[in-house]
Amino acid sequence: MSSMQSRRVGGPDFSVVSVGLFSTLLAFITLFIASRALDPGMAFHAGLMTGAFVLGVIALVFWYSGLHGKEAFDPTRYDDGIVKAGVFASMFWGIAGLLVGVIIALQLTYPNLFYFDQYGFTNFGRLRPLHTSAVIFAFGGNVLLSSSFYVVQRTCRTRLAGGAWPWFVFWGYQLFIVVAATGYLMGITQSKEYAEPEWYADLWLTIVWVAYLFVFLGTLWKRKEPHIYVANWFYLSFIVTIAMLHIVNNLTIPISIFSSKSYIAMAGVQDALTQWWYGHNAVGFFLTTGFLAIMYYFIPKRVNRPVYSYRLSIVHFWSLIFIYIWAGPHHLHYTALPQWAQTLGMTFSLMLWMPSWGGMINGLMTLSGAWDKLRTDPVIRMMVLSLAFYGMSTFEGPLMSVRAVNSLSHYTEWGIGHVHSGALGWVGFISFGALYCMTQYVWKRERLYSNSLVEWHFWAATLGIVLYITSMWVAGIMEGLMWRSYNEFGFLEYSFVETVEAKHIAYIIRSLGGVLYLGGAIVMAYNLWRTARGDTRISELNDAERAALNNPEKSATDAAAQPAE
Amino acid sequence: MTDKPNKDIDVHSGVETTGHEWDGIKELNNPLPRWWLYVWYATIAFSILWWILMPAWPALPGFQGNTQGYWKQSDRAQVAEEVGELQSARIENAQKLLNASLVDIEKTPELQQFALAMGESSFGDNCATCHGSGGTGSVGYPALADDVWLWGGSLDEIQETIAFGIRSTHDDTRYSEMPAFGRDGFISEEEIDDLVQKVLALSGKEFDPAAAARAEENFEMQCSSCHALDGKGDRLQGAPNLTDNEWLYGSSPAAIRETIYSARNSIMPHWNERLDEATIKALAVYVHTLGGGE
Repeated sequence: MSSMQSRRVGGPDFSVVSVGLFSTLLAFITLFIASRALDPGMAFHAGLMTGAFVLGVIALVFWYSGLHGKEAFDPTRYDDGIVKAGVFASMFWGIAGLLVGVIIALQLTYPNLFYFDQYGFTNFGRLRPLHTSAVIFAFGGNVLLSSSFYVVQRTCRTRLAGGAWPWFVFWGYQLFIVVAATGYLMGITQSKEYAEPEWYADLWLTIVWVAYLFVFLGTLWKRKEPHIYVANWFYLSFIVTIAMLHIVNNLTIPISIFSSKSYIAMAGVQDALTQWWYGHNAVGFFLTTGFLAIMYYFIPKRVNRPVYSYRLSIVHFWSLIFIYIWAGPHHLHYTALPQWAQTLGMTFSLMLWMPSWGGMINGLMTLSGAWDKLRTDPVIRMMVLSLAFYGMSTFEGPLMSVRAVNSLSHYTEWGIGHVHSGALGWVGFISFGALYCMTQYVWKRERLYSNSLVEWHFWAATLGIVLYITSMWVAGIMEGLMWRSYNEFGFLEYSFVETVEAKHIAYIIRSLGGVLYLGGAIVMAYNLWRTARGDTRISELNDAERAALNNPEKSATDAAAQPAE
Repeated sequence: MTDKPNKDIDVHSGVETTGHEWDGIKELNNPLPRWWLYVWYATIAFSILWWILMPAWPALPGFQGNTQGYWKQSDRAQVAEEVGELQSARIENAQKLLNASLVDIEKTPELQQFALAMGESSFGDNCATCHGSGGTGSVGYPALADDVWLWGGSLDEIQETIAFGIRSTHDDTRYSEMPAFGRDGFISEEEIDDLVQKVLALSGKEFDPAAAARAEENFEMQCSSCHALDGKGDRLQGAPNLTDNEWLYGSSPAAIRETIYSARNSIMPHWNERLDEATIKALAVYVHTLGGGE
């Protein structure tokens, strides 16, 4: 349909020029910082960023001049290239993050075997943020980025706004991930959980994120639908709130713009509360509303049924975002945080229970009239199970926020089990569902390479989650009870190391669960790769296709008889 | 709430849709599930009740600071009360420990039982980090469960070591210092190599007789003043027995060489400023009963 592709009129595309100039400017700034860097970490990172910006500008120039005047961003087509790139990035970072998770689980299980004191970067303290950031921000972030670009185009019936800027967002985000991850390995951290990257990485993420916001808003602005679909409300709340949380929690003062080290503006309990306001709402607005947006598009799309209740989606959306933002203090029960703030944190967490469940109800009830598809489509089963885990962990969360429960559960493995039932069960499975769908849809395949491989993925991952969370429940409650048990003379019954020793078996089971989950993800990556290539597993061909395979001549004439698309 | 009411009915459920459609996705106009709404109301009602009962809101008009709540519950007061209860449960027995001699404590069953419980708990929190749980020790940290003692294994000697430490910052600390013979240039590299063979010989390990013979003079001049001529050591100076095949830093020639070359002189902190006297006595009794008490 090249005849329909419009020729470019006037000067070069504004977005290409602006991205190119902006990246060039950043290349000079980072080169300047690299040349005067006070520490090797900063020199490496500033140099890395310079290299990335230079490469980006070169790639942009080559790509654009290679178009020879053709329309760069055809407004009559969706931008699916960026979705494809996002699917690749998601799988890459997902497997990397899960692998590091398995490694640190083994470090905890067999500290004598997996401790390499001559290689500082393998220390648990550096690998743990590598794992959390890789799975949450690299894997989850790329799933959100690519799915939001996929969904917003289709539900607004328009191409992404901003021309080259969506690509700036995509590659800029990957650069942030690399800077953050290499920083952890070199020991560069501001020691805030889930906000470990230092000031310059934070600043760069802010730039990327604001560009993301404008791309998303611009696409909504030029939509060809009268209303904004519910998934887009959720994506927008995720983008806006993460920007706010990220900026406030990372208010730091670098000791020099040539140094990687900075100090947080707030101190003491104010810093702690800001940190957990951020931390809890990273769960709320990154891992909940973002992935609810995925749920609101891909479940009705895949099962081909209308969303159960429009009214419920409105009420639970507004109540969720209003109440979530107050729940952070429940991470600081029985600490220096004033007790009144703890009471508020706990009660807002309780009031959050039903707004959270609204999304689960709306997703599950959307299947009414199509429950039989649970049997036939393992991708749907995966997304439905993710809603079950979502419901379970959003019940468990309010339960653990009750101070009396928290006095037992806090600091124990129960917390680890809780976040992983949410992360592996809810976030992981809904992401896998979206990735299976998107791969099939953007590469325009009739079906996946293999449904039975999806079955394998489903059962391996489900078994992995069950092993993970049950072992952590047992370990957590056990150590919580051990920590608080007194002997008849009024002395603590167990020393700390005894409580660690008692968890060994649970740690083994947890590691096994992690291995199963990782294995499932690898099977998935293979399945997606083959799907993207357009393959179908021989054993899963239907009779007509099998016949065509055995008789290629006939199928060629059949294809010729079909009207061209 | 829809712009085209009653126009679009979902065939399967018979429920009307909102009339909107995005990429083939429609929305049903189902009401909020009742149970969902009522449970939500219940959590809100409970929260409001909880705000009345517990400290909850800051800066309300008519209140100094935050609201204290009808129950006036306070974590700080509660912790103080619980700690007080624990202390009063221990105080009677702790007083008995203070008044009794260490020997008497170990001989009187009820006192000994209490001291062991107290000592075990304190050992786990304070000592096990270095000496291992159960006092098994590790490289650089003496095992306490055997009968090898650097500074003495009687009740009183153990108590003194715990209270004042070894090479600690306390004035009454146990103190001695082995010179760094190689690093500080007292003797040559070759002489140190020979001494390693001598030390191996003392503990009955495989050794080079010629080298050990060459080291005799140096051993006599440099080592014997602390470790004694027969190598059996001197507890008054914390000088280890070199003949017993028990090694704090390992028995390999390389480890022994490093000890002679750089010296070790490890430190144990004094605990008398961190633990009360009754606890230190209980710890002495506990360590004494681990296996090698004298």
